[in-house]
Amino acid sequence: MSTPVAADVIVVGGGIMGAATAFFLRQRGVKVVLLERGLVGQQASGTNFGNVRRQGRFLPQVPLANRSRGIWGRLNELLGEDAEFIATGHVRVCFRDEEVGGLEAHAAAVREYGLDLEILSGNALRDRFPFLAPGAVAGSFSPLDGHANPRLAAPAFGRAALRAGATVVENADVVGIEKTGDDFLVETVGAGSYRAPVVQISAGVWGGVLSARFGEPVPIVARGPQMGVTEPMPYRITPVVGVYSSVPEEGIYFRQVKRGNIVWGGGWRGPALPDIQRAYVDPMNTLRQLPMLRRVAPALGALRTIRTWSGIEGYLPDDIPIMGPSGKVPGLFYAFGFCGHGFQLGPGVGDVMAELIATGTTSTPIAPFSITRFATP
Amino acid sequence: MADRTVLIVGAGPAGTRAAERVAAAGLRPVVVDEAAANGGQIYRRQPAGFRRPAQTLYGFESGKAVAVHGAFAALGDRIDYRPLTLVWHLWESEAHLLTGTTASRQQYDALILATGATDRIMPLPGWTLPGVFSLGAAQIALKAQGCAIGSRVVLLGTGPLLPLVAYQYARAGATVAAVLDTSTLGAAIRALPALAARPGMLAKGLYYTAWLLKAGIPFHRGITPTAIEGTDGVAAIRYRTADGIERQVACDAIGLGYGLRSETQLADLARCDFAFDAVARQWLPATDADGRTSTPGVYLAGDGARILGADAAEIAGKLAACAALQDLGIAVPDAEMAAYRAALAPMDRFRVGLDTAYPWPAHFAAGLPDTAVVCRCECITAGDIRDVAREKGAPEVNRAKAFSRLGMGRCQGRMCGAAGAEVLADALGVRLEEVGRLRGQGPVKPLPLATGIAP
Repeated sequence: MSTPVAADVIVVGGGIMGAATAFFLRQRGVKVVLLERGLVGQQASGTNFGNVRRQGRFLPQVPLANRSRGIWGRLNELLGEDAEFIATGHVRVCFRDEEVGGLEAHAAAVREYGLDLEILSGNALRDRFPFLAPGAVAGSFSPLDGHANPRLAAPAFGRAALRAGATVVENADVVGIEKTGDDFLVETVGAGSYRAPVVQISAGVWGGVLSARFGEPVPIVARGPQMGVTEPMPYRITPVVGVYSSVPEEGIYFRQVKRGNIVWGGGWRGPALPDIQRAYVDPMNTLRQLPMLRRVAPALGALRTIRTWSGIEGYLPDDIPIMGPSGKVPGLFYAFGFCGHGFQLGPGVGDVMAELIATGTTSTPIAPFSITRFATP
Repeated sequence: MADRTVLIVGAGPAGTRAAERVAAAGLRPVVVDEAAANGGQIYRRQPAGFRRPAQTLYGFESGKAVAVHGAFAALGDRIDYRPLTLVWHLWESEAHLLTGTTASRQQYDALILATGATDRIMPLPGWTLPGVFSLGAAQIALKAQGCAIGSRVVLLGTGPLLPLVAYQYARAGATVAAVLDTSTLGAAIRALPALAARPGMLAKGLYYTAWLLKAGIPFHRGITPTAIEGTDGVAAIRYRTADGIERQVACDAIGLGYGLRSETQLADLARCDFAFDAVARQWLPATDADGRTSTPGVYLAGDGARILGADAAEIAGKLAACAALQDLGIAVPDAEMAAYRAALAPMDRFRVGLDTAYPWPAHFAAGLPDTAVVCRCECITAGDIRDVAREKGAPEVNRAKAFSRLGMGRCQGRMCGAAGAEVLADALGVRLEEVGRLRGQGPVKPLPLATGIAP
């Protein structure tokens, strides 16, 4: 075996979490190697909806989402590339009177975290967003949220990390990872071996296999979002739209890109097969989504779907990610299992993890996401 | 046994003969076809009320067309025929069907895909102008509606369809301003030994060419097209002769095509293994000699498997049906299948000959200007593809698609995929097979959002 390449930090997994971490570690002058089994941002990071949404989140996650939103706003200058982020606003609408209270309560709660939402109802809602169906009762508008292109964001972080001096290795399948003495030794197939005192696991649903090797198994499962996109039409729907409902199947969301296509997802999840790195859209799910889309914006019924796709996302039973230091192994850090809502958080996670690794602490609270919540006594 | 469902997709020559063979075994196959009437593209029926005789519509092939139409009609109620119906997805041994805006499902025990082919297009500057049609579409306009694509037409590209469409247009009274063939006479001569595997086909090809020359229609071989000129529509085609001389022909419509490409999306959605076919320069579903794919219960027949033409499609349809029946436990005479296999063998030699005579001009991809549109749905240029190859490090077509939107539009790469892959491979300096193939995703063709599920 050749001599392992030495670094300060090895990041395993080049999704948006890992790529952003590598980038921000370089900003702090840390010598970092990013190992990606396939191509950077190819899995969940590249196939998700592209939502840059803060409202509707688990409350203790809002500070992290706020920090991330700050980075999204200056992403192009930071990376020197355009990930197509636009602050279009994000509106959550409900179709039942009894659901209005939930929107109002959330607006009051996130105000404590510095996120100001505007509650609109009845005619005021439809005047603002004329594409909404008459049945929309109320909406919660988050003016500074928006959307970005998931196919571009993580690869842009990867390339920026590379330009900033990171070692970015694609097609590097990690087959061995162990701690010997003060260092971790990471072996890949065909892409050499690496040594560093710090390792971050940011391998999405596959992170669970790696954390288990260090005695920290987690009950993570793989599911695929059921995405679709229409042919282009004139750009009319500015905000990202999501449905707030007590019925999970009604939880459709969509956005129009400037090119004109309408991208949607939600309501159902499909099978994801991590072993062969494929996830599928069940065509019945697509068919069930269509009336949900028409329910929100009837004019969408005039369009046609040109493509559906999925990706492999990791879900945990409490629907929040694993993020922070290992509970067992010094020098080991985690950022994976973002339960289908990681894209917006990605830049913030990278920034926070880099801060945590470089300084030993972070100003953004992440304690609720500790892997120790799954530790067996 | 009779409750076993064989689903056949496509009612062209392959689908018709497959249905006939399955019905002969006492099963009642379901035949789903996108068109309003059976016959496929090659033996496409004219709309109701049109009364041109078969000889006018199908020329030398009229006998075969009448036979295939007759065979289908004779099946009558022994098949469950669903015209105007698209198979838009496959999922767990069910085909997802779309008729108008009504979605339904059809379970199957065996699935025979006889999905045919479309034109293979190499773009050139100006090819998105109104008035540019694919060669196959130019032929369909004539065959179905009795229309020409323009009043002064140039037919451009290569392949057996090129002289045939020119002949059909000229015979129908259209003005063919020129036939511009990118292949050379030398290539045709080199291909003669292989083409001799089907002397009748070879003779017909020579006949069309001779007829065109005799009729005084300009027919230029070995040309390189440069650009289609025009502002609101086609005004002229510019090209370089084999001797390197720049020429221009005024015209108001162009039929463009370089042979055919197999329609393979359903095989992809059925999760069949694909292999790179060096003759077609296309990734094709891998099959055994009888049409079995790697997915149990899924079979391919006709041009959707390999471009062998209509005669071979009829045989392949029967053979794939035999394979499906056999796998369902229904006895099929060995001699019957052996005879079909033997009949197909010279067809494959002929296919290699056709490709030698009329090569796909892969090298044109390298010469496309950066500004030339490759993906017309998304307006992605050759320069955009080169940029994601060189600046963003896209090593294969799905990555290039993710970065550039190549193949992300309405056609889902069916029109632009072949050329896009050539441009990418050239920009990366690798062989075509190394850039892989676009992953298939449903729907096979656009699915209206107004679609509802059948009760």
